[in-house]
Amino acid sequence: MHKKEADKLNIDSTQYTTRLSRRYAERKQYTPPRPGRISSFIPGTVVEVLVKEGDKVAIGDDIVVLDAMKMKNRLKSHISGKVTAVNIKPGDRVAKGVVMVEIA
Amino acid sequence: MALEKKIRELKERREKMLLGGGEEAIEKQKAMGKNTARERILAILDTGSFSEYDMFVEHDARDFGMDKKHLPSDGVVIGTGTIHGNPVAVFAQDFTVAGGSLGLMHSRKITKIMDHALKMRIPLIGINDSGGARIQEGVNSLAGYGEIFFRNTISSGVIPQISVILGPCAGGAVYSPALTDFVFVVENISKMFITGPEVIKTVLGEEISMEELGGARVHCEVSGNAHFFALSEEECFSQIKRLMTFIPRNNEVKAKAFDAVPPDSKYDIEKIVPGDPTLPYDVKDVIRAVADGSDFFEIQEMYARNMVIGFGRMGGKTVGFVANQPMEMAGVLDVDSSDKAARFIRYCDAFNIPLITFVDLPGYLPGVDQEHAGVIRHGAKVLYAYSEATVPKLTVILRKAYGGGYIAMGSRHLRADFVFAWPTAEIAVMGPEGAANIIFRKEIATASNPDEVRRQKVEEYKEKFANPYVAASRGYVDSVIEPSETRKLLLHGLDVSEDKNVQMPKKKHGIPPF
Repeated sequence: MHKKEADKLNIDSTQYTTRLSRRYAERKQYTPPRPGRISSFIPGTVVEVLVKEGDKVAIGDDIVVLDAMKMKNRLKSHISGKVTAVNIKPGDRVAKGVVMVEIA
Repeated sequence: MALEKKIRELKERREKMLLGGGEEAIEKQKAMGKNTARERILAILDTGSFSEYDMFVEHDARDFGMDKKHLPSDGVVIGTGTIHGNPVAVFAQDFTVAGGSLGLMHSRKITKIMDHALKMRIPLIGINDSGGARIQEGVNSLAGYGEIFFRNTISSGVIPQISVILGPCAGGAVYSPALTDFVFVVENISKMFITGPEVIKTVLGEEISMEELGGARVHCEVSGNAHFFALSEEECFSQIKRLMTFIPRNNEVKAKAFDAVPPDSKYDIEKIVPGDPTLPYDVKDVIRAVADGSDFFEIQEMYARNMVIGFGRMGGKTVGFVANQPMEMAGVLDVDSSDKAARFIRYCDAFNIPLITFVDLPGYLPGVDQEHAGVIRHGAKVLYAYSEATVPKLTVILRKAYGGGYIAMGSRHLRADFVFAWPTAEIAVMGPEGAANIIFRKEIATASNPDEVRRQKVEEYKEKFANPYVAASRGYVDSVIEPSETRKLLLHGLDVSEDKNVQMPKKKHGIPPF
């Protein structure tokens, strides 16, 4: 389960010979946030899509209504801009993390 | 004879209760590799020392057909006994009775023994094996949990509290163990989680088994919620008994002293630590080279392995060891290792156990995940815990002690009583490579042979600062010592600080960076 301490860890320009923890070795690469993406934060069913491609939206505008955890969640835009893609339609069941609408 | 008859009746009543949920339920329990509640208590306590109370307590719930249900001892066994001759209070949930579910009377039995433990200032051991709240008893069950959590909190730091998870412990029920000092788990038997696999699947669509979600290994390796891992209940019981030898019965006394024994000569302290600060070794060998009988009782062995914590004895008396582990993640401080060390330091401080710290770390772990996980707040816990601790604090700097890591690891500045450094110690703001790169950045960049200049500057820095003598010249280190002198000086330091008395400013309590 644990391999020999032959890994290297760089701290302040010095290479240390050591063993890397699984958590460190498998850590996720950081990806910058994409505030224009409206994603499903939990799995659910799309109830309503309030925008179409090309629409202008402002910060705080409702974009999608997602039925999840017995609630109709209104997902709002975090930015002002134009809708560049609508990837879902009412009635669609979406998994967690699906990009439903893109705004740029 | 009327008396004989009455005694016979008592015996019959007792026997019924001792059978818990009945033979069929006991068989099921056994098939899972589990002992019954009373068997567990008897296995932990000294032979013949257990006194059971509230055996005949019954619930008086009326709804949902509960009025027709007879639940022996209401599904929990409570009492007192001794371990190594020292008194303890104990409760054990009985899974064979209604799945060990917690109703009002069940909880009242637990809180009765908790009150008893606190009043008598004796340790409390709780054995958890329960399906959760007894739904039929509604809000009374919730009240029961709340009363338990409150007592766990009030007793914290006054009496040792030990939780043993020998079955399911799910939902709100997990918060009692979480509030106690040490949590023991057994592979394939212990299951702890707030929301189970089914809810997770429904809500998030993520599939996971109970063992992967909240099994013993997960809580020992990943979440850090548990402290001791065992492969069987028997191994778990012997771990509990061993732990009890190191800790005092309450916060007003010290742990019992044993005869002093020298360390095993196979741990040669001169040969453990490589001179090159980038090379790994097992810091537990350094601990074994100084501890009585080379006996080190490690806590959270599988979690945040870059930090080593645990109990040992020096001169027969319990000490708490805290050490960076260079062979795991170079011994860095990070979110998990900070949490692990800080909590242990506070435990030792609460229960009058001197702290011995071995320092060898390159600093904090860089990374977006660390920063975003709050390494600032978590790292601060170590500073807080060391500063606040008034037990004797002895620190030995073995090799690297760089930057914030130097300050955090029981430094003079956080009021260590004795700070020793080996000649291999490098007490500096950072390692020579990093420091030279910053201080001589211009010279290196503009040189016609930058690599050569860099090498030169690194050497210069090493020569001047990568040693214990700069810190010693300021009195931040009390003494630069030969490795072979370590045990002698630690023993002396402990002797000198036996009656250490520090008064802190009066306050209700601090606000540690939880």
